[in-house]
Amino acid sequence: MIELKHLEKKFHIGDQVVHALDDVSLRIEQGEYIAVMGPSGSGKSTLMNILGLLDRANSGDYLLDGINASALGEAERTRLRSDKIGFVFQSYHLVPRLTARENVELPMMLSGIPVKQRKKAVDDVLDKLNLMDRAHHSPNQLSGGQRQRVAIGRAIVMKPSILLADEPTGNLDSKSGEEVTKLLESLNDEGITLMIVTHDPTLGARARRQLNMLDGRIV
Amino acid sequence: MNWVDAGRWVISSVFSHRFRSLLTALGMAVGIASVTLLTAIGEGVQHYVLDSFSQFGARIIAINPGLKETHGSGGLLSTVRPLTLRDAQALKQLAGVEKVVPVVQGSGTVEFNHRQRNGVILGVGPDMSEAWNFKVAQGRFFSGDLEDARPTAVLGYTMKKELFGETSPLGQYIRVGGQRFRVIGTIEEKGQMLGMDLDDTIYIPAQNGLQMFNRESLMEINVVFSANTSLQHLEKSIMQLMIDRHGREDVTLTTQNDMLESMDKILSILKLSVGALGSISLLVGAVGILAIMTTTVKERTAEVGLLRALGADKKTVLHLFLGEAIVLALMGGALGLLLLFMLTGVLHMALPGLPVTFNVFFLGLALFVSALIGLIAGVFPAGQAANLDPIKALHEE
Repeated sequence: MIELKHLEKKFHIGDQVVHALDDVSLRIEQGEYIAVMGPSGSGKSTLMNILGLLDRANSGDYLLDGINASALGEAERTRLRSDKIGFVFQSYHLVPRLTARENVELPMMLSGIPVKQRKKAVDDVLDKLNLMDRAHHSPNQLSGGQRQRVAIGRAIVMKPSILLADEPTGNLDSKSGEEVTKLLESLNDEGITLMIVTHDPTLGARARRQLNMLDGRIV
Repeated sequence: MNWVDAGRWVISSVFSHRFRSLLTALGMAVGIASVTLLTAIGEGVQHYVLDSFSQFGARIIAINPGLKETHGSGGLLSTVRPLTLRDAQALKQLAGVEKVVPVVQGSGTVEFNHRQRNGVILGVGPDMSEAWNFKVAQGRFFSGDLEDARPTAVLGYTMKKELFGETSPLGQYIRVGGQRFRVIGTIEEKGQMLGMDLDDTIYIPAQNGLQMFNRESLMEINVVFSANTSLQHLEKSIMQLMIDRHGREDVTLTTQNDMLESMDKILSILKLSVGALGSISLLVGAVGILAIMTTTVKERTAEVGLLRALGADKKTVLHLFLGEAIVLALMGGALGLLLLFMLTGVLHMALPGLPVTFNVFFLGLALFVSALIGLIAGVFPAGQAANLDPIKALHEE
C-alpha cells in the first residue's frame, strides 16, 4: 500500500520556480491498476520518480508498505527500491553485452543474492514470460516486444510489490504493444500494483483507476 | 553485489570493446615495459660496478696524501708531506693491520726482444697479490721487505700475452722504462673495471717505481685490516699515527665502505633518473586509461541510471568503473611484461655484455604499480559515474 501526504516538489529553472508537485496526496491499495495521464510538464514523471525512490519530495510524506520512505537515508532507500519496486521503461534499457537471461538476473546480482537462488527465480520468470528459448540471445537479436518482455522479467524477478511502467508500449507496434499490456495486466491480476504513465488515452482507459495531472496537481 | 559477479561484470565490460581496450592496455604496456627495462638495466649496471669494486676485498682502507678538500697535485708550493715507504712500514706495525700495499702508478714502455708495449706500470709492495686478491698464475710475487728495491717484475695477463705469447716469461729479462727487470711471475686474468684493462699492467717494487717516476711520495697506501678489528678504531689509530709522523693532519682516509657508498649513491641517482624517464611513458599510459574511461562513462550513462534504479548504490557503481580501469591497467601491465621479455631477448642478442638484472620482486611490483595507476586514473571517471543523477542518466540515450 502506498500513501502520499501533501507532497511538494519544486524545481528551479533559471530564476523561475516550477511546481512539479503541488500538495499531492494519494492512497493506492495493494493490487490496484492505475494510469497516470497528463500533458508534458504536468508532473507525472516527477511523481513516478518519487514513487520509485529515485527522487525526493521537498516536503510531505511517502509511506510505502508502512515504511516512511521520506525519512530514510540513501542506502536504505536503495535497498527498499530493489526490494519493492520494479521499473519498466519506454526504451527497455537492456544491457547490450548481457544475454536476455543475464539481463533478467541483473537486479538479483546487484543485490548479492546467491547464484543458486538466482537460477531458480530467473528460470521461473523466463518460463512465465515465454522467453526460455530466447534466454541466451543478446538484446540486439530480439524484437522490440521480446526486449520489453525481458525488461518486464527483470522488473519482476525480485518480486516487487509495485511495478512502475513509463510509456511501456511507446516504442512498440500495436500488436507487440497489446501483448506487453496484456502481460502487465496479467501480472496485476496476480496481485502486483501496476502504475502506468502514458500519453495514450486507450491504454490509460484500460486501467481501473485514472489519475489526471495538470500543473503538479491531481485533477 | 558479490566479488565474482562484480569481476565478471567488469571483464565483460572491458571485453565488449576488445580493440579499444587492447589499444589502451598497449599504452600502459609500453610504459611498464620501459620503466621495468630501464630500471633493470640501471640495477644491472649498479650490481656490475659494485661487484667489480668489491672484488678487491671489503676490509681495505686507502690513505692518500692531502686532505679531501685539497684538489690538485702536490706541486712545489704544496705543504703536504710526502707519503713514504717509511710511513707504510710504520702502518704495518699498527695493531689490527694485516697487510700494507704502497702504490705508485705511472705508464711507460715495456720491451722484450724488440717487442714493445705501453701499459700501466704499478709500483707496489709484496702484500699486493693477497691484499687485492690478484692471484699469481705463474711463478711468484715479490717477497721480502716493502722498501726493497730489486729489479724484478710481475706481468699482468695482457702484458704477458702480448710480450711473450704462449712461452713462459719466467726468468726472462725485460726493459721497463729503460731499466732492466727480471720477470718472476704473472697474474691471472682480472678483466676490466670501469673501462680500465686491469691486465695490461706490469708490477714492480714500489721503491723502483718511485725512482723510475722520480717521485718522492706514494700515490696511495692500502691497508687491509683483520676481520676482528673495528673500522672506526683503526681509522682513528691510522690517523693518529700519520699525525704523529707528519706533524699535522695531511692525509685522507677512504674506506671501502666510503667508496662503495659514494659509488652506490651515484648509481642510485642514475638508476632513479633512468626510471623517471621511463615513468613518463607510464604517465602517458595512465592518461590513455583516463581518456578511455571518461569516454566509457559517457557512453554508458543510461546504463549507470539503470543500475541505480535496479538497486546499485553509488559505491557499487564507483567500484565497477574503478574495476574496469584497474583491469585495463593490469592487462597493460601483463602485456608490458611480455613486451619486456621480448625486448630483453632482442637486447641480449644485440648487446650480450649489457648487464640486465630482473628480480621477481620487480616484476610483481610492475603489476602492482599498473593496478595502482589504473586505480588513480579511474578515480575521476568512476567518481563521475557514481555521482550521476540516476533520473537524468536514465533519460540519456
